[in-house]
Amino acid sequence: MSVLFTGRARRLGDDIDTDTIIQSRRKRETLDPAELKRYLMEAWDPAFAATVEAGDILVAGRNFGCGSAMEVAVTVVLGAGIRAVVAKSFARTYFRNAINNGLLPVICDTAGIDDGETIEIAAAEDGLRVRGLASGFTAAAEPLPPAVRGIVEAGGLVAYLKRHGDFQTAAPAANTIADQP
Amino acid sequence: MAAARTIAEKILSRAAGTDAAAGETLICAVDAALGTDASGPMAIDHYAPPPTQKAAGHLAAVRAFSAEHGIHLHEIGEGIGHQLIVETGRARPGALVVGADSHAVTYGALNCFGTGIGSSDLAAAMLTSKVWLRVPETIRVVLDGRLGPGVAAKDAALALIGRLGADGAAYKALEFTGPALDTLSMDARFVLANMSMECGAKAGLFPADAATRDYLDGRADGPFAAVEADPDAAYADEVGLDLQALIPQLAKPHLVDNVVPIDAGLGQPADMVYLGTCTGGRAQDFRDALAVLRRAGGPKPGVRLIVTPASKEVHLALLADGTLADFAAMGAIIQTPGCGSCCGTCGSVVADGMTVVSTANRNFKGRMGNPNAEIWLASPETCAMTAARGRIADPREVLA
Repeated sequence: MSVLFTGRARRLGDDIDTDTIIQSRRKRETLDPAELKRYLMEAWDPAFAATVEAGDILVAGRNFGCGSAMEVAVTVVLGAGIRAVVAKSFARTYFRNAINNGLLPVICDTAGIDDGETIEIAAAEDGLRVRGLASGFTAAAEPLPPAVRGIVEAGGLVAYLKRHGDFQTAAPAANTIADQP
Repeated sequence: MAAARTIAEKILSRAAGTDAAAGETLICAVDAALGTDASGPMAIDHYAPPPTQKAAGHLAAVRAFSAEHGIHLHEIGEGIGHQLIVETGRARPGALVVGADSHAVTYGALNCFGTGIGSSDLAAAMLTSKVWLRVPETIRVVLDGRLGPGVAAKDAALALIGRLGADGAAYKALEFTGPALDTLSMDARFVLANMSMECGAKAGLFPADAATRDYLDGRADGPFAAVEADPDAAYADEVGLDLQALIPQLAKPHLVDNVVPIDAGLGQPADMVYLGTCTGGRAQDFRDALAVLRRAGGPKPGVRLIVTPASKEVHLALLADGTLADFAAMGAIIQTPGCGSCCGTCGSVVADGMTVVSTANRNFKGRMGNPNAEIWLASPETCAMTAARGRIADPREVLA
């Protein structure tokens, strides 16, 4: 097993929506994560952003990132120096935006992780392992679908396509719908 | 013999050139892609018109990018991207259409696999015409009966979300079926497909029928390869909803699945009533709301009533039949077609402590621009009745 990330757990609740992660009205001025990071989780706790340190790991309950498909809800987390989110489940648009931007989404039962404790995310052959260094919490997380592992490894979809030029699995040309009977 | 497949499995298999079952992750060819000014170029709807100097600068960059790359751009006032995708015939039966905005699920009403993606996905789709997608399991939603007076498709959508929960269909598709389909107009189907996102669904799919073909007539060239589920396709779950027994529903602040029957919210004071969005901003929505307002004596003085047509086509239809003139005479504020106040990027904002009752699809804290305000979600009829009373009220009082 190789350790991917070690960081302080920042516990959040269930159903954290994208407007809670970053308020849509903040997008009136900029989409730059370096500027928006000061508003991270503002609707949850206005003081939260100032307490975030690079390397912190968000730990949430069910349905993290529900709501909008806006990618800024992922890039603002990365902008704050957070590289992984551990949650019991993710909203699908957040999950794919995380993969596409190189933010590691880890799915496992998070109930036993204490707020503020140091946790470790490690890669095992059959998936990921999450361990709480103070609580003794351990959980096996679901492996990522094989088709998207290369995207995470490249650091995101844009970096992946810059490297490979195209998706690495064959697909038919676009607009085949017109050829159907 | 090929295995039995759901609509979602069939459309994504076709798009990937394979025969895939739920659970597989595929690289699919897309038939069309939508971006918005909040995710990438194509439809200017979130900042329409731009409320700040920086937003205006952002739109200038969107226009320049679209011109450089030959992308069709819908300008300020043309409408919400999702409404434009369906009005212009880009969403058609059997197609895979992705949108860099979560409510792309709206296209499912037209038997089209519409799903929300992110900006990076959109960039990849523009570069390669492809997107990675996990084939979703499907929940079968069986609709029975017929909506009663004062009860709308929005109420059915809210009831379903209340039943399933905000993540009850996460990573899954909804497939709508049942005897009630014949009674549901395309506008009603758009509401159900659109709201399927709010229980986490990847798509909200309807079969194609005569209503679908009528809607597409003049918008898209057929014939269309309508996609039906196989009779013995495998479903993750099945839920039934009896429209006959349904009464108006409300989603209380600050989660969409915080759904209660209208009785539980009656009397709640309302400061602003919002009619619009990709959920409740189509012509029939405004006509239904106006009918309630007329019967109830117009909006109560002091209630801010906002009308935001989903598109220019809707705006023109409401101008032509006098609906907008009646709203204006009642003191309503008519906003530019687009996303408007729904997500706080432009349009009317309320003060601290105020309550909005809206036809929108989301009531998250701060969603409409002020985290110290409350948002309740309801049907156009319930919103109109609420505007008339200045507090949440039941439209069946004047319609039943």
